[in-house]
Amino acid sequence: MNSKQILDREFLEIRAKILEVAAALDRIERAEGEVADDPRMALISDAINVIASEHSAPIRAEKIQLLFSRAYDEQWRNEFSIATRS
Amino acid sequence: MYYIDPHLHMVSRTTDDYETLAKMGCVAISEPAFWAGFDRGSGESFRDYFRQLTEVEPKRAAQYGIQHFTWLCINAKEAENVELSREVLKIIPEFLDCPNVLGIGEIGLNKNTKNEAIIFQEHMELAIAHQQQVLIHTPHLEDKYQGTRMILDMLGEHSIDRSRVLVDHVEEHTVGPVLEAGYWVGMTLYPVTKCTPSRAVHIIERHGAERLCVNSAGDWGPSKPTAVPDLVLEMRRRGHKESLIKKVVYDNPREFFSQSKNFNLENPAAR
Repeated sequence: MNSKQILDREFLEIRAKILEVAAALDRIERAEGEVADDPRMALISDAINVIASEHSAPIRAEKIQLLFSRAYDEQWRNEFSIATRS
Repeated sequence: MYYIDPHLHMVSRTTDDYETLAKMGCVAISEPAFWAGFDRGSGESFRDYFRQLTEVEPKRAAQYGIQHFTWLCINAKEAENVELSREVLKIIPEFLDCPNVLGIGEIGLNKNTKNEAIIFQEHMELAIAHQQQVLIHTPHLEDKYQGTRMILDMLGEHSIDRSRVLVDHVEEHTVGPVLEAGYWVGMTLYPVTKCTPSRAVHIIERHGAERLCVNSAGDWGPSKPTAVPDLVLEMRRRGHKESLIKKVVYDNPREFFSQSKNFNLENPAAR
């Protein structure tokens, strides 16, 4: 499928998913309480920015996954006091 | 189209599900040992569970023409209890010669803790000592990337044929490192917390179909045991060739499992 065919097929689905996100954010905003300082709101905002940005390669999904991931530390064995087996 | 679901927890599913799977073309299932939804109290509970996996489920599956294979271990969640885990590790060899056992699995990490890492390594040593294949669970959501990298670090310490190890539940951010390291990957089709069929096909289009399997990982939680046929449909809708679809849902799991001496898949076309 070429990009036009994919867009034809996916447009309504993308539109629906964006509306779902928008409506969920609206619902959070009109509810009682305050979540502006909740780090998850910043993550959501950053993820939306990744979607909207242009990339040299199609890696939006991968970037968003990493955004929502805990950091990996190569020295994790030191923290656990576990020696390598080799 | 015939297909194999390489990861499906049928002990949590009804017999009706077996019937539906058979109607959709499923000819074989592999069922890794996993968490029951609660922590078990003793090693003897696992002995009973392993009997269920090696005696009861193969019979239930056979009623619908489905071959049932299995993997044995103590899962990553209960591996936090090191004493219980070591009790279970002693029991596992009793079952390794059962005719439907393919190897050790699904071992792995859950919250990426020290105890989980210790028991992961002890499972690996057991697998190597008994020349078993290995099926590995990677953690959920925000823990997946860190846990997958830790698992790759630990796997690298063992002299095991990498083509006999499958790292499961990969997603966009973990599929690349696992494939590059030479292991097989599994993608799980879950409604919310893992891959959708659409995203899974996107990953196949980006990374190719070599050393890659797709599964439903259907269990007692929100999951869909017929998710693999959903992927088949999505691939067809995108215009992929039937040969590529068959490779992903039948040829690849058959190739990976064939490295186990107990994998005796009947040719469905010859029935």
